[in-house]
Amino acid sequence: MKFKHESIEINAGLLIALTLVVVSIGGLVEIVPLFFINETVEQVKKADGRDAVHPYTPLESRGRDIYVREGCFLCHSQMIRPFRDEHLRYGHYSLAAESQYDHPFQWGSKRTGPDLARVGKKYSNEWHTQHLLKPKSVMPDSIMPNYPWLLENALDYSDIKARMKAQKMVGVPYSETDEEYEANVKRFGAEIARDLDIVYAEENLLRQAENGNYDGDKSRVTEMDALVAYLQVLGTMVDFKSYQEGHFSEFR
Amino acid sequence: MSEQKQDKAQSGSVQTTGHAWDGDIQEFNNPLPRWWLWAFYATVVFAVVYWFFYPAWPVGQSYTKGGLNSITYKVGDKEVTTHWNTRARLMKDLQEGEESVKQRQYMQKVVDSSYEKILSDSSMMQFSRSVGKILFTDNCAACHGMGGAGVIGLFPNLVDDDWLWGGKVEEIQTTLEKGRNGYMPAFRKTFNEQQMDDVVEYVLNLSGHDVDKEKSMRGAALFNGEGGGCYYCHTKEAVGMKSVGSANLTDGIWTLADVAGQTNIEAKREAVRAIIKNGVKRQMPAWSQRLSSAEIKILTVYVHELGGGK
Repeated sequence: MKFKHESIEINAGLLIALTLVVVSIGGLVEIVPLFFINETVEQVKKADGRDAVHPYTPLESRGRDIYVREGCFLCHSQMIRPFRDEHLRYGHYSLAAESQYDHPFQWGSKRTGPDLARVGKKYSNEWHTQHLLKPKSVMPDSIMPNYPWLLENALDYSDIKARMKAQKMVGVPYSETDEEYEANVKRFGAEIARDLDIVYAEENLLRQAENGNYDGDKSRVTEMDALVAYLQVLGTMVDFKSYQEGHFSEFR
Repeated sequence: MSEQKQDKAQSGSVQTTGHAWDGDIQEFNNPLPRWWLWAFYATVVFAVVYWFFYPAWPVGQSYTKGGLNSITYKVGDKEVTTHWNTRARLMKDLQEGEESVKQRQYMQKVVDSSYEKILSDSSMMQFSRSVGKILFTDNCAACHGMGGAGVIGLFPNLVDDDWLWGGKVEEIQTTLEKGRNGYMPAFRKTFNEQQMDDVVEYVLNLSGHDVDKEKSMRGAALFNGEGGGCYYCHTKEAVGMKSVGSANLTDGIWTLADVAGQTNIEAKREAVRAIIKNGVKRQMPAWSQRLSSAEIKILTVYVHELGGGK
């Protein structure tokens, strides 16, 4: 059969398939090589040789789900670019390593509100709770909507194990077996490894909510507890003071 | 117009793509505009030039880094030279950029000076005001408000001259560096309803409200006796203690109970009662990990000036 434009143009299925091939070329040549380049994701080790960046605890992970559910990423980015003005306002630029366990990542592309990549530990839990309930009550100029249901809704963690297993399937090192747990102890330290064990996910979630008391009410675990726990860990895993100036430019 | 085009197409004077829909709808195959074509060729040339100067092509586990375009920055006393990349460029900008250098010189001057000297030097104060305003907006305004007026019931007002934890520069610096934990126990279980009424009455009396004398007398006994023990923190004179951040109850300035904002005495009573009943637990975070000592010094000066510091 002689090739003719017409044979593609009158065949919708073939047209769609070939369009997808053409459109994906740009993405493939820009993105795929990064999977093979050694320095794409930085090696970030603590002084004791352990990994600085670790996966989210069960509670933080549920908080992240709520962050996605409420569409926070539509107005807030989590990506500090290496520019002087961003450095002055938000702190150290984001590392690829810092979002290596984010599936999907929350870099965002639009800043209606401020960047949240280093918001963790910047404000108190009380502030976050008050701010999420009614942003205008603490920032009169804010245009952020109210999220009162976060404090009303009990956190649903019945499927936390399944959620962690799903994350594990795409490469997040949560542990199920003893060997995996031991590997995590070596890699992240015993305290963090305990939180990454799927077998004790519910207990770990409840313990963190109880100890952290993020929403100021210890009697129940709300969606507010989870979301504030997540916000408070953002950007706090890497202690940039412990690295020499310019250390992270060596990865580029 | 359309007839004209059709005529042209049929007459063969303009090339068509050769497709025909619905029998007679055809598509011209005109050449691209000249300016567009040249612009396109220019982008191709630009891309090729770019490959030689900037990181571009993946090669195995690495990539071409580009040349004649390296960046040199300092790590301690050593100089590091690397291929062009945004992280190194930021380093250089922070170390040698015109604005950064100017700012650092001023910053160093502030760091090297005593608070006394800064407060009396108008150029250093001007610098502290402008840098302090930015630092305050980024870090403090979320709670204390853009202008520092705070939120009654939650975050202290920094603009008035009332200081829970002290308004001297050294005290403000400590507050910023280490944070503060504001705490008052809940008296829900300590006082019965009548005792609660009495203490509320006494507290309002302290700040000059017209109250029931008899109740207030009983309240005073609870306040200054072991029944309530309020004086442990608020002192017998009820002027508060800076060391524990307890409020001065005699000055008519309210940071938690919104007494000043209520018009009738019943609402005022209710506001005070809620605080005594439920206690207070609030926290100012520590900033020494997040801000440099120079930044804390500038913020100290800024906050000190905001509230007409002591």
